[in-house]
Amino acid sequence: MKNTDIAAPDYFHKVVDCQWACPAHTPVPEYIRLIAAGRYSDAYMVNWKSNVFPGILGRTCDRPCEPACRRVRVEDEPVAICRLKRVAADYKDDITARLPKPASKKNGKRIALVGGGPASLTVARDLAPLGYHVVVFDSDPKAGGMIRTQIPKFRLPDSVIDEECGYILNLGVEFRGGKRIDSMKALLAEGWDAIFVGSGAPRGRDLDIPGRKEAAANIHIGIDWLSSVSFGHTTMIGKRVIVLGGGNTAMDCCRSARRLGGEEVNVVVRSGFDEMKASPWEKEDAQHEDIPIHNYLVPKEFIHEAGKLTGITFEKVKAERDAKGRRKLVPAGEPDQRFPCDDVLVAVGQENAFPWIERDNGIEFDEWNMPKVDKVTFASTNPKVFFGGDAAFGPKNIIWAVAHGHEAAVSIDKMLNGEDLTDRPLPAVEMMSQKMGIHEWSYDNEIELDKRYKVPLRDKVVALKDIKAEVELGFDVQLAVAEAGRCLNCDVQTVFTAELCIECDACVDICPMDCITFTPNGEEAELRTRLTAPSTTLSQDLYVQDGLKTGRVMVKDEDVCLHCSLCAERCPTGAWDMQKFLLDMTYAGTSCRPPRRSAA
Amino acid sequence: MTYLAKPKFHHPDLPKNELGYTHRDYEGTVSTLCAGCGHDSITAAIIQSCFELSIEPHRVAKISGIGCSSKTPTYFLGNSHGFNSVHGRMPSVLTGANLANRDLIYLGVSGDGDSASIGLGQFAHSLRRGVNMTYIVENNGVYGLTKGQFSATADRGSKSKRGVINTDNSIDLAAMALQLGASFVARSFSGDKQQLVPIISAAIMHKGAAFIDIISPCVAFNNHAGSTKSFDFVREHNEAVNRLDFISSRMPIEVKYDPGTIEVVEQHDGSKIALRKLAADYEPHDRAAALGFLQHHAAKGQIVTGLLYMEKASEDLHGHLHTVDVPLNTLNAKELCPGQAALDKYNASLR
Repeated sequence: MKNTDIAAPDYFHKVVDCQWACPAHTPVPEYIRLIAAGRYSDAYMVNWKSNVFPGILGRTCDRPCEPACRRVRVEDEPVAICRLKRVAADYKDDITARLPKPASKKNGKRIALVGGGPASLTVARDLAPLGYHVVVFDSDPKAGGMIRTQIPKFRLPDSVIDEECGYILNLGVEFRGGKRIDSMKALLAEGWDAIFVGSGAPRGRDLDIPGRKEAAANIHIGIDWLSSVSFGHTTMIGKRVIVLGGGNTAMDCCRSARRLGGEEVNVVVRSGFDEMKASPWEKEDAQHEDIPIHNYLVPKEFIHEAGKLTGITFEKVKAERDAKGRRKLVPAGEPDQRFPCDDVLVAVGQENAFPWIERDNGIEFDEWNMPKVDKVTFASTNPKVFFGGDAAFGPKNIIWAVAHGHEAAVSIDKMLNGEDLTDRPLPAVEMMSQKMGIHEWSYDNEIELDKRYKVPLRDKVVALKDIKAEVELGFDVQLAVAEAGRCLNCDVQTVFTAELCIECDACVDICPMDCITFTPNGEEAELRTRLTAPSTTLSQDLYVQDGLKTGRVMVKDEDVCLHCSLCAERCPTGAWDMQKFLLDMTYAGTSCRPPRRSAA
Repeated sequence: MTYLAKPKFHHPDLPKNELGYTHRDYEGTVSTLCAGCGHDSITAAIIQSCFELSIEPHRVAKISGIGCSSKTPTYFLGNSHGFNSVHGRMPSVLTGANLANRDLIYLGVSGDGDSASIGLGQFAHSLRRGVNMTYIVENNGVYGLTKGQFSATADRGSKSKRGVINTDNSIDLAAMALQLGASFVARSFSGDKQQLVPIISAAIMHKGAAFIDIISPCVAFNNHAGSTKSFDFVREHNEAVNRLDFISSRMPIEVKYDPGTIEVVEQHDGSKIALRKLAADYEPHDRAAALGFLQHHAAKGQIVTGLLYMEKASEDLHGHLHTVDVPLNTLNAKELCPGQAALDKYNASLR
């Protein structure tokens, strides 16, 4: 194998599994250390810079970081990264003085953002302080988009949305609430320098089976119903409710129904429980509120009597694999099942909808009626129009919308400065030794087995009575510090200098995970068979360095390294050092224009 | 060294031996020796060897004297019996323990100061008697605990860290062990575990006095230019006569070798050693030739490593003394006082 190029920003970035998995690449271990040190405001600002909505995401994020967490590979459950983010938001001081100031001088460029959700707000935050005149349009009176309309208040209180949207709007962003954009042509005619479409995926899929029309009065589309609940238009539901669908929206629907009078709320999904799209913790939350989830049931017919819904018939199915190995649902041959109910919430998916974009504006659409959007620049085929969030590539989640927003902002900024959009700025990378003394490091390297701590919940009886009572109470300081202590500090990297190594084997002998091997070089697949411990996670890199006196190479399997620093403590010559890798994404602004130095 | 205990985490796919243990189960407490000490590598090699042999930790007694080397039994086999004895007196404590309980596996761990200076006499007599043990000398040629004076195994002409040239002749413990009748003699290097681990395994399974001289560089006081026990010097002057693979009696021989290059030696317990010759003219079953070879190469400044000598039909002290098969410490009054009739019979035999 070739020598590993640790100067490439991606190499050590991949070792920080959580940060690599995060679409916005938030430096997770960095803010967790700050929380452990009681520096909540600093932790909040690290988050705010990267993911814009720490308080919101700390309650609602889809957490791609957590399944990636190294604790999963070396112990069992990931660090509660998401809920620690909330800790930073909960315990911070007033941070308004640390936010960017509205631009004192405008640069004369006008940008329209369609939709007031997370993608648009991210673009606004990145561009407004640079002097752009940014205008956000939304049909709702307040900013937030789906954050405000679709996420139930018992998961995310309005106060948090107001606060974090407020930080952005106070940067000199103009928000035109209650103003729905219904023609792209008209908007283009207004002469904006750039337009960003962050209008989400606002259309809930319907279920066209017999009885749908007749029983329509008691059949509701999930996201529309949630939105109506959110604005207080809907305050009641029948005693017996069936929620169709297995995604996170379905979980929000069933839990909301429990609070609006639903006594017998059942979730019914077509496929298996394990195949449900909802995050495992959201399923747990629903079950905790006495909501059974029935699986392998395909809705066949809405039963109604005189226009009044009385129940649904389901066909029982089972999963089979066809000759090509594809999973298919086939009838199980059991009698149909009938669930009586008063109301149905249909949460079987969301779709994009662009009836307001005329097809002759230079914005091309593909065969699925989605705009053609560049995956890197987020530009459409009209050079002035950009897309992001769910509007770009279909329904994802908030953190993806934020990531899209940052990139689209860079594109808009570059375009309006006459630069090549495809020339993307590299992240800035800083490596700094953490050595403080012979046995002292500037991070907590004493790694222990420690199970994940649970977030305290509001008493169920109380929580179910009030749809606005937040269920999760958040970690208290003691729990937060304990949970923060579970972080393995994967960003503190093991850096090896071959010229200093005397090949004494001290690091090999002390490594608790048997990560390190000194051996003759070879091709990767073959080399992996010769390592001290089995090397099975092929997605995890091998760190290879040659230049040793014996002609062998040092090979470190990054897979299960605990970043405990024992290799460095045991090294008599300082060939191993623990260096903190801090990756700073480059956002819109002057720093994204000249190419920045690569790394380390 | 480190103040931290090694975390309890271990690699999720760590192999287990026949007892269901991983190599981590053979560790002791974390080492307090200097970072990079060769002794820690020997500790790791002993751990690996005991793991591979599926030795039950409670069946091992590790006995040591005084010195850096003699601290190491704390760092391996944390669930075994241990005795940290007086300086240079490891061999007599080990001999006594072995006589009392022949069923345990005895690991004598000593250093060049402990065995070549203060304990030279004990070293000699334990080997001469053929005590069934694995006698390991962690040899760094220097008194590390007292900050780097030459020990008795330091080569004449080698330079101390302060720049002083050694004018005394050195003691070659492996050569002495050959002369004293040890039935298994090997030399190895802490920086070459591929060679060291099978040698330790073979020595543990050997019946009789097995002696291993392990060159173990002292990173603090004897790893500089001019030292003959430094990593660089040993690597440059290492003359390995053979490589061996230890094959446990429970494992079939799967490895195929070219005929003529390999010799399979069976040990008393049925385990086998596959010896791969590296030096064509080396014969590891000829004591006199081995001695000559050692001295010849030592004169050229070379360090001969590998299995130097092994007696095929070895015997130990218990064999020489015709002791009973059961450990002496399990004999009770019934066996030890067989009664008047037995005494009369014995007395009659002397008349």
